[in-house]
Amino acid sequence: MTETTRKTGVSRRTLLKGTAGLAGLAAGSGAITGFPYVMSAEPKVLRYLGTAVNEGDDISKQCLKDTGIKIEYVTATTDDVTKRVMTQPNSFDVLDTEYFSLKKLVPSGNILALDAKKIKEFDNITPVFTKGETPGGKKIGNQGTAPWKVLYLEGRDSKTFAKSATEFVTLIPTVYNADTLGIRPDLIKRPINSWAELLNPEFKGKASILNIPSIGIMDAAMVVEATGKYKYADKGNMTKEEIDLTMKVMTEAKKAGQFRAFWKDFNESVNLMASGETVIQSMWSPAVTKVRSMGIACTFQPLKEGYRSWASGFCVSKGVSGAKLDWAYEFVNWFLSGYAGAYLNRQGYYSAVLSTAKAHMEPYEWAYWMEGKPAEKDIKAPDGSLLEKAGAVRDGGSYEDRMGGVACWNAVMDENDYMVRKWNEFIAA
Amino acid sequence: MDTSDELLQQASPGFARGSGQTRQKAARLSPSFISWLQAGPMMLVFLAFFLIPLVFVVIVSFWDYNEYQLLPAFSGRGYTDTFEGCIAQLPQLCTIGKTYLKTLKLCFMVWAITLFIGFWVAYFLAFHIKSKTWQMGLSLLCTIPFWTSNVIRMIAWIPLLGRNGLVNSGLLKVGVIDQPVEWLLYSEFSVVLALVHLFTFFMVVPIFNSMVRIDKSLIEAAYDAGATGFQTLVNVIIPLAKPGIVIGSIFVITIVMGDFITIGVMGGQQIAAAGKIIETRLNALQFPAAAANAVILLAITFLIITMMSRIVDIRKEL
Repeated sequence: MTETTRKTGVSRRTLLKGTAGLAGLAAGSGAITGFPYVMSAEPKVLRYLGTAVNEGDDISKQCLKDTGIKIEYVTATTDDVTKRVMTQPNSFDVLDTEYFSLKKLVPSGNILALDAKKIKEFDNITPVFTKGETPGGKKIGNQGTAPWKVLYLEGRDSKTFAKSATEFVTLIPTVYNADTLGIRPDLIKRPINSWAELLNPEFKGKASILNIPSIGIMDAAMVVEATGKYKYADKGNMTKEEIDLTMKVMTEAKKAGQFRAFWKDFNESVNLMASGETVIQSMWSPAVTKVRSMGIACTFQPLKEGYRSWASGFCVSKGVSGAKLDWAYEFVNWFLSGYAGAYLNRQGYYSAVLSTAKAHMEPYEWAYWMEGKPAEKDIKAPDGSLLEKAGAVRDGGSYEDRMGGVACWNAVMDENDYMVRKWNEFIAA
Repeated sequence: MDTSDELLQQASPGFARGSGQTRQKAARLSPSFISWLQAGPMMLVFLAFFLIPLVFVVIVSFWDYNEYQLLPAFSGRGYTDTFEGCIAQLPQLCTIGKTYLKTLKLCFMVWAITLFIGFWVAYFLAFHIKSKTWQMGLSLLCTIPFWTSNVIRMIAWIPLLGRNGLVNSGLLKVGVIDQPVEWLLYSEFSVVLALVHLFTFFMVVPIFNSMVRIDKSLIEAAYDAGATGFQTLVNVIIPLAKPGIVIGSIFVITIVMGDFITIGVMGGQQIAAAGKIIETRLNALQFPAAAANAVILLAITFLIITMMSRIVDIRKEL
């Protein structure tokens, strides 16, 4: 239901044939008559598989304008992206996926590590990814599949992650965020400051959590820790006993009628919150923005236990080579060069290369989104609609405060298989 | 077989007028060959898009798997994982058992309600509307909801049934309730309601189809013989409408048994259904386990349909 796939009318094979033919034609005609424009008519097309996070018409239009590369989006849910990489690795060129998926993707051998030396801005990528600390030097929590644990491979075709930096990068980081709970302050009417509130009987029948097992269980773990029931060694890599314990707490709450519904995609979470079916739930930052742009009070509430973070980036399908691979590098380099980063920053996400994004943003925008300062002017969304009036302050404050407050990262556990079965039981209970 | 013989007979005058060569060729085409030829295209489609994929599903359900790939070695893990811990819990039903039972329960409720509504709608169309034009017009009217997508018709219930929805705010205003009714949405009630809304039409059409074919003189004869309306219904109309009832039931049961989207959306993702298990397994890349569940679901559905076709021999009745 949530998957929308845009297909191209041209198959990969005919495209390659066509490209080769055109190139031949260009070479031949160039030698005889010297028409250079035939070369430039060569279609530069990349099929881009990912969730909708990074995919915007504005980004693809700007990319076409700057580089001549036409981006064809193939949009799928996080689970479906992984499934596609496993089962149809030739159905895409560039892959936009999350770091936690790498534990499944890398052993499958279907993705190609990118060469860090060919990425112009690689050394400017925020230390959040490379060192696990903020630019200001705050240490970031490393529970779960933190990006720096899976950023490098030992060799080009290696299926094992390297302990230290190599030139082979699994995913070139693009976008990330620190997630927390969304609340309806107008319906709750008191301060909320702990993950434990999600299971507070006060919100019986008005709470929700997302039904994506690997992420949902992390939120559940944040709640269990916040209530003081248990302290995990690593919330992102639980033992079977820890999974049982976590699911037991959640199941009891579910049986007591705590949850109104579970959600699986962006729009479901927006609808639950906007209609008042729920007042507290796991939420994503742009979903909160969406609710607020409908004129309904909604807060992406910072909590004292910290944030659950995620990050995504680009890699390339194993089948991509030659000119297409060059375009892929060109595209990734373009993506990190500022326009896209500024665009994502204005949506409330964070861009991987801060310096280039900053150059593409107005100082007052940078101050609001990244430095946690009150907005000097009205803050507008990338599409020009009003997001916040002057004077507003971003939930959770500055980049340093938010990313510095990350407690754990979205993860795939060693006991993933067992966890999924237990999660199913929780949903069915 | 009958049709092919008829076709041959219809064709033979043409052959007789044709040259001797054609007649010889025609003679060599045996009737059974022509039957195969006629059934062939459908058979190929059936083979390519149903039977072969089904065989693959069964084969894959016996493979082993890990986090990121299928391991083509014989293994019952798809099945044993599915029923893990079920025997140990025995007096109590395990989750998977509960899930299948819940699916059956929802299926039965939807079947019973759609049958009841569908039967009377069809009855009204077939016996109370005398003019053929009106019959056509009204049955076309029944299809209008189908001009919008399934998903939209389903989601349209949400603003109606929600905590601050139309029904609740209406009831609050009238003063029937002083607290919004919670069970209207994200409950078994809303699931059954949406499914009935979506699938009653699949009952109406086949039942109506059987009913219009009932010879009206049979009903007159029953009336003349002094049968009451109820006796006519039970002894004449229902037996003659049975094929339609069974076909409609097969439609509804197969759709509801496999449904997970309606149950997911209307149940707030809190009600598990057999189809949901398959979806979750697929999302976790556990294809053999998903296939095993698909085989189990198929077996259960097949069993129900076999039982139904025991009651009525559809082929004979048609």
